[in-house]
Amino acid sequence: MKTIDKKLYENMLLIRLVEEEIAKKYTQGKMRCPTHLSIGQEASASGVGLALNKKDLAVSSHRAHAHYLAKGGNLKKMIAEIYGKEAGCSKGRGGSMHLIDRKVGFEGSTAIVGNTIPIGVGLGLSLKLDSKDAISVIFCGDGSTEEGVFYESVNFAATKNLPVLFVCENNSYSVYSSLKVRQPRGRKIYEMVEAMGIRSSHTDGNDVRKVYQAANFAVNQIKKTGSPFFIELETYRWLEHCGPSYDNHIGYRSELEYLEWKKRDPVKLFKKILLKEKILTKDDIHQIDKRVKIKIKEAFKFANNAPFPKPQSAFETMYLDS
Amino acid sequence: MKRLITFVDAIREAIDQSMAKDKDILIFGLGVDDPKNIFGSTAGLQKKYGEARVFDVPTSENAMTGVGIGAAIAGKKPIMVHQRLDFFLLAMDQLVNAAAKWYFMFGKQQSVPITIRLIMGRGWGQGPTHSQNLQAWFAHIPGLKVVMPASPEDAKGLLISSIQDPNPVIFLEHRWLHNMKGKVSKSFKSVPLGKANIIKKGADITIVAMSYMVIEAIHAAEFLEKHNVHCEVIDLRTVAPIDYDTIFQSIEKTNKVIVLDTGHLNGSISGEIISRIIDHSWDNLSAKPERLAMPNFPEGTSYSLTKEYHVDAKDISLKILEMLSVSIDTSAAEVFFKKEHPHDIPGDWFTGPF
Repeated sequence: MKTIDKKLYENMLLIRLVEEEIAKKYTQGKMRCPTHLSIGQEASASGVGLALNKKDLAVSSHRAHAHYLAKGGNLKKMIAEIYGKEAGCSKGRGGSMHLIDRKVGFEGSTAIVGNTIPIGVGLGLSLKLDSKDAISVIFCGDGSTEEGVFYESVNFAATKNLPVLFVCENNSYSVYSSLKVRQPRGRKIYEMVEAMGIRSSHTDGNDVRKVYQAANFAVNQIKKTGSPFFIELETYRWLEHCGPSYDNHIGYRSELEYLEWKKRDPVKLFKKILLKEKILTKDDIHQIDKRVKIKIKEAFKFANNAPFPKPQSAFETMYLDS
Repeated sequence: MKRLITFVDAIREAIDQSMAKDKDILIFGLGVDDPKNIFGSTAGLQKKYGEARVFDVPTSENAMTGVGIGAAIAGKKPIMVHQRLDFFLLAMDQLVNAAAKWYFMFGKQQSVPITIRLIMGRGWGQGPTHSQNLQAWFAHIPGLKVVMPASPEDAKGLLISSIQDPNPVIFLEHRWLHNMKGKVSKSFKSVPLGKANIIKKGADITIVAMSYMVIEAIHAAEFLEKHNVHCEVIDLRTVAPIDYDTIFQSIEKTNKVIVLDTGHLNGSISGEIISRIIDHSWDNLSAKPERLAMPNFPEGTSYSLTKEYHVDAKDISLKILEMLSVSIDTSAAEVFFKKEHPHDIPGDWFTGPF
C-alpha cells in the first residue's frame, strides 16, 4: 500500500505543478491554444490512473492534461504539444485539447463535449471481440452527461456488456453554468446511470485513496463480469473554465464556495495524511518535490526549444495512403 | 467471369467477399439482420459470419458512429449502414469532429478505417426528410472520402476499395439504382477510389455525372446520338476526391461541359466542379458551362409535387441542344422519353414504401 500511496502523491503533485507552470507561463503567449487546467481535480485522475495498467485504453475530453499524465503519458510531448511543436504528442496538430500517447494506452482526448464517450465504448467493443485482458476507460465530466451521445453510449455499453469504465468527474460547472440550472434538483448522476443498467458508484473525488479504491474495485468488477461500470467523482475546478486565471470575481460562483473546496485541496490533504501516518518523511516529500520540479523544468525547456512544424506541412494530405 | 446481377446484390457480394478475407471487418446498423436485411444488401451475412461481426444496434446514430471509430482505432474495420442518409445527420459530430479529423489532429498516428453506407433516394413520397442527397456536405470536410457508384460493377468494386481504405469513407447508394442489373465479376476485384470512368466517348460535349444522374445522362446521350450529337459521359464514381484530370482532358476535346448533380444546386458538387473547370479550362471552353441539379427547395411528398421537380434525361437533352444551338422537333423528345411507369419511381420493381 505504501508504494501505491507514494505513487498517488507523486502523480498528483506532478499534475498540480505542471498545471501551475502552464498557468504561470501562459501569458508569455507561447502556448497559443485554448487550455483547460485540472488544478483541484488531481485526485480523481491520479486515483483512476493508478488502478489501470498500460494495456488498458483511455480517452478523455477537453480538460485532459491530468488524465494523460495519470495514464503515464509523456510529459515532454504534452508540453511540446501545447507549445505547438512538431515534437508534440500530436505534432502540433492538436494542441492542449487533442492529446495522445498510444505507448501507454492514452488513445486520445478531443475538444467537443461527449465526443470521445462512444469512441471509448468502441474501444471496449474491440477489446471484447479480441478477448483481450484489458478495459477501456472514458474520462468525462458532468456536462457530458447532458449530451445525447452519453445516453446512447451508456445504453450500448450496457446492452452489449462491454468492458468499459466510465469516470465522471463532477465539478458542478459546465463553463460558467452551474449544475443547478442544468439538471433537476435531487438527481444523482450515478443513480441515473445505475437505473440505465450499469453498476455505479460515487465517492469524494478529492480523496485520492477513496478514488483509487473505487477505481480498483470497478476495474476488478469489469474484468470479472465483463460488464461496464460507472464512477462519479465529486470534485472542483479551481481556475476558470479555460485559461490560467482565478475567476471567482466575475460572478458565476462565490469566493466562499471556492474557499470551502480549497480546504479540501487533494494534494495538501494527502500530504498531511502521508506525514501523519509516517508513510513519507518531510525529507521524502522534499525529494519528491525536487524530482518533480526538475522533470517539469526539463519538459518546458524541451518544448520551448523544439522546432515548429514547417508551415508548408499544413498542406500535406490528410489521408493515409491506401 | 461476369454475370448479370443487381446493384444491391453486388453490394452484398462485396461485403461478403471482404468479410471472408478479413476477420477484422464488422458490419452493423439498424436492421442488418432483420427480415429485410437493408434491402437485401446484408442477407445471409450474420449466419455466415456470426453475431459478433454482424449485428443490429440501438437507434443511436451518433454513438454508434463513435463506437465504429473506437473499434476502428483499435484495429477493426467497421462497415456501418443507414437505411436513410437523413437519419445519419444525427451523427455529424462523430463524423466531422472525430472520424474526419482523427488522423490529422493526432499527428498522423492512427487513421480511422470505417465505411459508412448511406442509402438515399428520391420520389415515391420520400418527401423533405427521406430524399436528401447531401454528398456536398461530406465532400466539404477534409479527411473524408465520398463514393457514389452508378453501376453494379462499380458498386462492388468501389465498396471493396472503400472497406480496404484506411480512411473514413462515405459510401452513397442511390435507392433507384438498387434494382439495376449489370455485369459484375464474380471475383474479388476492386475499383480504385478517385478515378472517374468514361462510360461513353463523344466529341461534342462532356457530361459529368454522379450516382443516379449517370443513368439519366446515358439516356440523354442515347437520344442525342440519334440527332447527331455525340456526348462524352463521365461517371465521377467518387466526389471526394474528384478526378479533375479526366474532366479537363475531356473538355480539351469537346470544349463544352454540363455537370449533373443529384443534390440541391446551392453549394453543390456541380458548382465546385464548374468553378474548377473555369479556373483550369477557360481557354478550352466554347460555350458557357452548365449544370443541372435538384432545385433549392425541399422535395415535396405529394405525387404532383415531384412531377417537375427532378432533373431527367429529357431536361438534360434539351439543355444540351440549347448549349449546342441545335434545334429539333421537341415532340421527338416527348416520344423518346415517354415513361412506361409513373414519374416518381425508377421502374415497375419499385412499389414503395422505401
